Amino acid sequence: MSKFKKKTNTTTNIPTSALPDIIFMLLFFFMVTTVLREQDLLVEQKIPQATQLQKLQKKTLISYLFIGKPKNTGLYGSEPRIQANDVLISPPEIVQWVNQERDMLPESDRGLITISMKIDKEVKMGPISDVQTELRNADARRVLYASTGKVPN
Amino acid sequence: MARKKSREVTEVNAGSMADIAFLLLIFFLVTTTIASDKGILNILPPKLDPNIPPPDIKKNERNIFNILINANDDLLVEGEYRRSPEGLDSEIKDFILNFGAPDEEALVLFNSLPASLQAQAQRRPESSDHPKEAVVSIKTDRGTSYELYLEVFDLAKKAYFEVYGERVGLGADEYRALTGNDEASKLLQDRGKEGIPMAISIAEPNKIGGN
Repeated sequence: MSKFKKKTNTTTNIPTSALPDIIFMLLFFFMVTTVLREQDLLVEQKIPQATQLQKLQKKTLISYLFIGKPKNTGLYGSEPRIQANDVLISPPEIVQWVNQERDMLPESDRGLITISMKIDKEVKMGPISDVQTELRNADARRVLYASTGKVPN
Repeated sequence: MARKKSREVTEVNAGSMADIAFLLLIFFLVTTTIASDKGILNILPPKLDPNIPPPDIKKNERNIFNILINANDDLLVEGEYRRSPEGLDSEIKDFILNFGAPDEEALVLFNSLPASLQAQAQRRPESSDHPKEAVVSIKTDRGTSYELYLEVFDLAKKAYFEVYGERVGLGADEYRALTGNDEASKLLQDRGKEGIPMAISIAEPNKIGGN
């Protein structure tokens, strides 16, 4: 055997067993950092059904108002309340809320702000009409009555 | 001579890693709720200026399709009592397409309509003059349930979408699905709507029932 034996079979394949771990680290990183903007609903939401649904093209223009009976009736009473973002508000505060939402949009889109009203089935027209009056005062006149599709029978 | 250490490559069995990743993936798939932004679009009227008195609109009674819904969820459609809103869509459609007393512009519009829609013009003198004049009015009490209101509003929209769709040779569903993003669908949308404004008026509720 000579001293200068030619090196034989150097394994060239990189061990990939650690690769899943790296992928998992990435996955966990994203899982931890992603904030699912899941709003805590404070009011009951049984959305009514309708047939003539339209879908809005630009989701960024939509702001949500939830109207319904409070889940925590002991604290908030049993009359329908309005939830904007994470708090219950009263109708006169809607104008201010709309202006806040509008300020978050780019300037060119401010006129197109759409309020998606998620209203519980049990709510009567009175509170809804109060909200609509306030929305008119705030000049946010595009309103979407959120509803789910009805299966035609 | 030092013996060369034989370094063995120990391979961790990573075959099941894929299964774990899939489990996680499925978990997130199941738990994520995709918010659907579907609904019925309504454009509210502009705010009234308190200094300017509301315009006094002279409109013939025959051009308004009156729907009243009271706090007991009873309906009064064109002065006629009924319990359920069933069939309201076809009545509204007949009302829109009545062409009772069309003016010149409306006659041009009428002639541009496909034959299937022309055939639906009943030309009754007590119904609407022509689609441009026709207004569907929905008035509720404060105690009316939102569900019924939405159902009636839905039917009124359906009547209009059916007219629009039929005009361009589509079903109401297909017409509603038009996005208006590309030229072709925008053209279809405009052709359907042209000359027939969607006039659904929502009146301020009466202070009866509710709060």
